[in-house]
Amino acid sequence: MSYFSDIYNAVKSLLTGMSVTGKYFLHSRKGAITQQYPDNRDTLKMFERFRGEVVMPHDENNEHRCTGCQKCELACPNGSIEIIWDRQIDPTTGKKKKMIDQHIYHLGMCTMCSLCIEACPTDAIKWAQNFENSVYDRAYLTRVLNKPGSKVLPGLED
Amino acid sequence: MNITKNIHEWLFSLMPEAAASIVEMVLIAVVYLIIFAVAGLYLVLLERRVAAWFQLRLGPNRVGYQGLLQTMADALKLVSKELTVTIKADKFLYNLAPYFVIVTALMALSLFPFSEEFQAFDINIGIFFLTSISSIGVIGILLAGWSSNNKFSLIGAMRSGVQTISYELSVGLSLLTMVVMTGSLQLSQIVEVQKSGWLIVQGHIPAIIAFCIYMIAGTAETNRAPFDLVEAESELGAGFHTEYSGMKFAYFFLAEFINMFIIAAIATTVFFGAYLSPFGITESIPLLGVFWFLAKTLVLIFLMMWFRWTFPRLRIDQLLVLEWKYLLPLNLMNLVLMALMVLLGLTIKF
Repeated sequence: MSYFSDIYNAVKSLLTGMSVTGKYFLHSRKGAITQQYPDNRDTLKMFERFRGEVVMPHDENNEHRCTGCQKCELACPNGSIEIIWDRQIDPTTGKKKKMIDQHIYHLGMCTMCSLCIEACPTDAIKWAQNFENSVYDRAYLTRVLNKPGSKVLPGLED
Repeated sequence: MNITKNIHEWLFSLMPEAAASIVEMVLIAVVYLIIFAVAGLYLVLLERRVAAWFQLRLGPNRVGYQGLLQTMADALKLVSKELTVTIKADKFLYNLAPYFVIVTALMALSLFPFSEEFQAFDINIGIFFLTSISSIGVIGILLAGWSSNNKFSLIGAMRSGVQTISYELSVGLSLLTMVVMTGSLQLSQIVEVQKSGWLIVQGHIPAIIAFCIYMIAGTAETNRAPFDLVEAESELGAGFHTEYSGMKFAYFFLAEFINMFIIAAIATTVFFGAYLSPFGITESIPLLGVFWFLAKTLVLIFLMMWFRWTFPRLRIDQLLVLEWKYLLPLNLMNLVLMALMVLLGLTIKF
């Protein structure tokens, strides 16, 4: 007599399913994941893992963590990163050292694959969570990540 | 109602009898058309909001307060769109099909007792008329699929034929189970019987089984998920209305929602006492009957939406197994049980 037990099990599993969706329905007012974007522009915070654009954080002394090793440039699959560097004399040690002049990032070409950030040995670059990246001219999408006059954090390579 | 009586007398004093009755019919038709359009549009909105809440979204809430004008805007857009026809379509049938679907839906609407006096057409074979009218609608779907000259449309239409012919049996038999208790097919009579307890209470166990079967078969009848094989977006594009655009598409779309309303309204009338208030709390105010009728219908419509956003779609063979191996035998057993119960006087009456 599996006929009636089939019916019983079917009804039971259907009711279980309906109770699950019913709970979602009742909680939808509070738990809705929809963001009403232009209205909540001031309070909207993107998720930590959201990939907006690559940025280079600077500390209060205008020092960044990029040593100019070019690993990110090599890791980038479509050449979105270009690093202009030269050898300068380090004022503290007096030795010649590789230093970045400009860390150029083409946001227009970037596919947000995150390979550069994984490749960086000193965590100099990371993802920002901003998403309002539209501009009127394509040239604005090419960005210099290190701020003018910034230096590498001393003692980073030791 | 007093207003209708006054209008009736005024019309008959104004012109000869034949002309007056025609004018009256036209007026009633216009009233029902308005109900039809408003109900259709707002059911679409309700479906969208309810679907959104089930999926933890917000749904359309921008056009008007809480999105109340959203479907109006959609309808305006559809009216202004071009009506396209494929070259190989059978033009006459292609243009005829949407009207079949929408006219049958409208005809069924006229039978419901919205309140004691608000019923346009109280025919003595009410339930029979309703079930037969609702199965004429499938001819429209078949014609649409056939005349579009499109493989997807044809498959969708044929599935619709299979589905409606199968589930029509369950709808008919589950309603017949209740008719055993009322002893009449006339809707006003059925409501009269329920003044001593709603039929789902009067008939207890067999009535509840009949209600479950009716809801399952009714959902299949309206081609809604989990029985939406007719449209099956992931397999057939849009099924039978793939080739339709603009207002003709809107006719199919509206008719689908009106059919859902009709299925829920039949269930309200037959199982839940139509316009009668629970425990007779507002018996003294007959106008509130409309409110109770719509409230009960909306609860049942919500139940159907709940089905739609919970259950996955059935395969075509599973659909037929469900009907022919489970619903139909259960229904026949249930009918015998109900007949025995009525014979032995085991129904509950207050």
